[in-house]
Amino acid sequence: MLGLIGRKANLWGGSGRTRWLCVAATATNAPNGGAMEELLAQLQSHVRKAIAGGGAEAVKRNMSRNKFLPRQRIDRLLDPGSSFLELSQLAGHELYEEPLPSGGVVTGIGPVHGRLCMFVANDPTVKGGTYYPITVKKHLRAQEIAAQCKLPCVYLVDSGGAFLPKQAEVFPDRENFGRIFYNQAVMSAQGIPQIALVLGSCTAGGAYIPAMADESVMVKGNGTIFLAGPPLVKAATGEEVSAENLGGATVHCKTSGVSDYFAQDELHALALGRNIIKNLHMAGKDVLENGLQNTNYEYKEPLYDVNELRSIAPTDLKQQFDIRSVIDRIVDGSEFDEFKKLYGTTLVTGFARIFGQPVGIIGNNGILFNESALKGAHFIELCTQRNIPLVFLQNITGFMVGSRSEANGIAKSGAKMVMAVSCAKVPKVTILVGGSFGAGNYAMCGRAYSPNFLFLWPNARISVMGGAQAAGVLAQIEKGNKKRQGVQWSKEEEETFKTKVVEAYEREASPYYSTARLWDDGIIDPADTRKVIGLSISASLNRAIEKTKYGVFRM
Amino acid sequence: SQGDTNNNNKHRIQKILVANRGEIACRITRTARRLGIQTVAVYSDPDKDSLHVASADEAIRIGPPPARLSYLNGATIVDAAVRSGAQAIHPGYGFLSESAHFAKLCEDSGLMFIGPPASAIRDMGDKSASKRIMGAAGVPLVPGYHGDDQDIERMKLEADRIGYPVLIKPTHGGGGKGMRIVHTPDEFVESFLAAQREAAASFGVNTILLEKYITRPRHIEVQIFGDKHGNVLHLYERDCSVQRRHQKIIEEAPAPNISTDFRAHLGQAAVSAAKAVNYYNAGTVEFIVDTISNEFYFMEMNTRLQVEHPVTEMIVGQDLVEWQILVANGESLPLSQSQVPISGHAFEARIYAENVQKGFLPATGVLHHYNVPVSSTVRVETGVKQGDSVSMHYDPMIAKLVVWGENRAAALIKLKDSLSKFQVAGLPTNVNFLLKLANHWAFANGNVETHFIDNYKEDLFGDANNIVSMKEAYEAARLNASLVAACLIEKEHLTLTGNPPGGSSLLPIWYSSPPFRVHHQAKRRMELEWDNEYGSGSSKIMKLTITYQPDGRYLIETEENGSPALEVKATYVKDDYFRVDAGGVINDVNVASYSKDEIKHIHIWQGSCHHYFREKLGLELSEEEESQHKPKVETLANPQGTVVAPMAGLVVKVLVENKTRVEEGQPVLVLEAMKMEHVVKAPSSGYVNGLQVVVGEQVSDASVLFSVKDQ
Repeated sequence: MLGLIGRKANLWGGSGRTRWLCVAATATNAPNGGAMEELLAQLQSHVRKAIAGGGAEAVKRNMSRNKFLPRQRIDRLLDPGSSFLELSQLAGHELYEEPLPSGGVVTGIGPVHGRLCMFVANDPTVKGGTYYPITVKKHLRAQEIAAQCKLPCVYLVDSGGAFLPKQAEVFPDRENFGRIFYNQAVMSAQGIPQIALVLGSCTAGGAYIPAMADESVMVKGNGTIFLAGPPLVKAATGEEVSAENLGGATVHCKTSGVSDYFAQDELHALALGRNIIKNLHMAGKDVLENGLQNTNYEYKEPLYDVNELRSIAPTDLKQQFDIRSVIDRIVDGSEFDEFKKLYGTTLVTGFARIFGQPVGIIGNNGILFNESALKGAHFIELCTQRNIPLVFLQNITGFMVGSRSEANGIAKSGAKMVMAVSCAKVPKVTILVGGSFGAGNYAMCGRAYSPNFLFLWPNARISVMGGAQAAGVLAQIEKGNKKRQGVQWSKEEEETFKTKVVEAYEREASPYYSTARLWDDGIIDPADTRKVIGLSISASLNRAIEKTKYGVFRM
Repeated sequence: SQGDTNNNNKHRIQKILVANRGEIACRITRTARRLGIQTVAVYSDPDKDSLHVASADEAIRIGPPPARLSYLNGATIVDAAVRSGAQAIHPGYGFLSESAHFAKLCEDSGLMFIGPPASAIRDMGDKSASKRIMGAAGVPLVPGYHGDDQDIERMKLEADRIGYPVLIKPTHGGGGKGMRIVHTPDEFVESFLAAQREAAASFGVNTILLEKYITRPRHIEVQIFGDKHGNVLHLYERDCSVQRRHQKIIEEAPAPNISTDFRAHLGQAAVSAAKAVNYYNAGTVEFIVDTISNEFYFMEMNTRLQVEHPVTEMIVGQDLVEWQILVANGESLPLSQSQVPISGHAFEARIYAENVQKGFLPATGVLHHYNVPVSSTVRVETGVKQGDSVSMHYDPMIAKLVVWGENRAAALIKLKDSLSKFQVAGLPTNVNFLLKLANHWAFANGNVETHFIDNYKEDLFGDANNIVSMKEAYEAARLNASLVAACLIEKEHLTLTGNPPGGSSLLPIWYSSPPFRVHHQAKRRMELEWDNEYGSGSSKIMKLTITYQPDGRYLIETEENGSPALEVKATYVKDDYFRVDAGGVINDVNVASYSKDEIKHIHIWQGSCHHYFREKLGLELSEEEESQHKPKVETLANPQGTVVAPMAGLVVKVLVENKTRVEEGQPVLVLEAMKMEHVVKAPSSGYVNGLQVVVGEQVSDASVLFSVKDQ
């Protein structure tokens, strides 16, 4: 099944000299620029809608209650003028009948008093901040990253709890709502601070977010915590009580002890939140031991304009391009020291630095052959031994198929690379700069291989194989079935069948389809690639790197 | 006699004690240092770290802050001079500079007093004695009648002789009481009788004196210098007419709009005055000039170096402190009268810590930012440095700004430029007021007189009702608020990149500019409060939204309707200095800020404007921040105003009865538990209700003790 997609592999890796020539040509001719501009414009328009939240009316209502929007809340928590690596902005995109901008929750990483934190902020303007299945998934993904990178978690709570009509997909399963509190408990046990700022309602299951937190802040008037709101209390016990008296800041800060800090208003709460983070003391918890020792705080910008990355990536995946032209635009000073340059040339491996941080880069320059896979496994071993984070630049159609390849043990070679990728404990960041098909996705650290972060370019495509190939395979099987049943299949019928398959693959391979379902951490502008990798690795190095142990390599 | 050459070396000054503080002490030390003479500073406790102490070779403490216990304590100062081995004392101006007693004390202690002989100080210190001496020497005095004959006919004759307008003034008393200005002869009798009655009623004595009333007076003074060999010369005049609260604020040399002839007469009169009292060293003869009749009259003589001496130095190219030392050493004056050069024109503006809007009341505070323009023709005489404070103990003068130009117009341009670059933040100053003065057309024309500020007060203090200028002022403030925002953010970014907060080793890319956002641009809000200094005094909050542009510019929007967004690029140069490009207009600006009491005070200087803004520091909490809300539990069981026992305990005191009116926080009863007394207080103001416990009663935890109700 996993095989070569119908595209000619251009196997030139080239000498250094040809490489420069190629780069120059790409930059000046910008053959793909126009198409990428269109893709970016489309992306921008989707993002604008997502950032607008639940619409003008809901935003106005929110402001009238002296509440900020989730991104504004985060901005005021972050150190002034600092960066924020937002994740999965387009989660929930065209996923449900109704729009669910950003999946109803904003997540991301940024510094507070110089300490990187994971933010999870409900958007009360989107369905009252309730949890849809994708909301839960996004919240859990943020917690997963926080646990992986040992980032203190700051929950900006303003949510009506689970979205009841979809309770079956939200409540019961392992990776559902309950997992949020499980993760809080486990992370707290690992010494990863859990902080909740209750800026709005926090009902039912949501009440456990501040309750499970190490420290929590509540805003007078706006913040409420209760297992059941006033209507449910009335129905259950007949007691009539206001929301503030039932679970307001005064009750919880003074009487119940559910919350620790009383805030007069939202700005006060955010200031208290910053103060809590200022007072976190995580020294001696193996943070910053390994990774940063080898970091240069002085670095050179790439020699080439990062904006040219927009014109390098082809929107037609059949067009081959040299992955080195991408590498040249993301690494410090465009300095890339290639490893095994002349061997297994369809996989490019080598050492570089990104914002002073040492990285090992693995990029595709065509299909994976035996040699390329072995080279990849070798390089990963080198990096894990030396605690060097790995960057995967995916543009892969798959492993080489055919009798010669099978006889050479391509499956065995591929397995070696997959084994190395799976067991490598150094930080891993994967960027899909083109196609991501078949077992190539696995060997190049796809989502299933738990890279710390995974981002897509807007031109990326992800599926088990190309639509045309799938249609061909499926048509052959169908034809066989029909033949056995003695049914004649007309040429037209076959074409219709194939078109349907191609259309389905086309839709499902779209980066929007992927990002809406959280198969990744977001679609990025190619021009932001260097920054995003730099920030991702910096966040990943917030903890000490674990020692890598491999399983059995089939020799 | 003291100029004996044999004694010269023995008496030559090698070390001077400067019996003063502030800019004048620094000024004297500077010349002494140039001449190779060592200096000794004296200081009171608050001046220990001040500039005048730092610039001297040695320094001696002379006492606590009050001047009478330190800088006016002659005995202690003379003792310090003797201890330090100084041969001479320079008194500067103010303090002991015009104390004949102190000059005598110096001489008696074998120290040279760098100043005139004690006898001249004494003669000139007595106002009526000095007038007598001057009259005898032929120096013109304000015409008047000071006689004992108070007969009304005689008085009327004297008034006619003096010429109208005439000032009728009681010999006793003051404060303007009983004073009358008589403009015509037929008003005289009535006014005279009224003044007599008023004087008798107010002071018990009804004697009256008459003086010529000068309607448009100028204050012109002549710098004179004498040596111990009987030589006296003058160094031309200074005009010091522009005054507020009877204190000079802008002085200039030479005086504008006077003829060479008049100048010569003035100088001659001043030299005669000095000679009449056997004067030597530096002195100033002050005249009042009647701008209508062009007559000048002797007012008084200041027997010291004046505050405004630098304007004379600038036009004659001499160092007057050096001359003072030469004369004290017994040498002859270095020039003769005909050799004294005169070149160009000089202004001096006195920069005070003061509140212009509140009638020029002296102000105190810390100089959080202090940056002054200096060049070969711009001198700043200052006794303070950034970080120093201006205290209530001494004169609130911060500095003297002295400029020189080829002529008056050229010097005035320099004055205006230097004033607009004179940067002080941390306390209110008169810089903006001086700038308004310097920009006034009448000042430019040299139409100076002592009522100048009063005459033009509408121009100088602004008009709040003038909508157009208010609008202009607001627009300028809005632009400057945008520049402030851009500069502050730019500087903050540079600080953060170089030194990430929290002492962490976090990679600087998290603080790169512009801050990274996924598919959108970071924004931030800033609220700057602006006071219109010359307006109604009301403040306005400017709400700015700043969007970081990919190229490092800032797009700045204000909440005003229809006001376009401004794109600002701020480039940090050094210290507080930036170069800004606002919508294509490039400017140098200085932005200084300091924080005090949870407020950030921000000053911006751009071109000839200075703006001041305040920003609340809302986000960072101080250590003392009381984040706990004042508890007021309202539950169904215990309605509002109910007070419950905070713990189980014994009632040891009941302080009020039911239905008594209590104020919030007033003690109502005292409980004892765990050997501790606990006072139960009224939670709000009102009347005590339901108080049933008695002394000796045991109450349980949370039991209701009483309640406080409105009625």
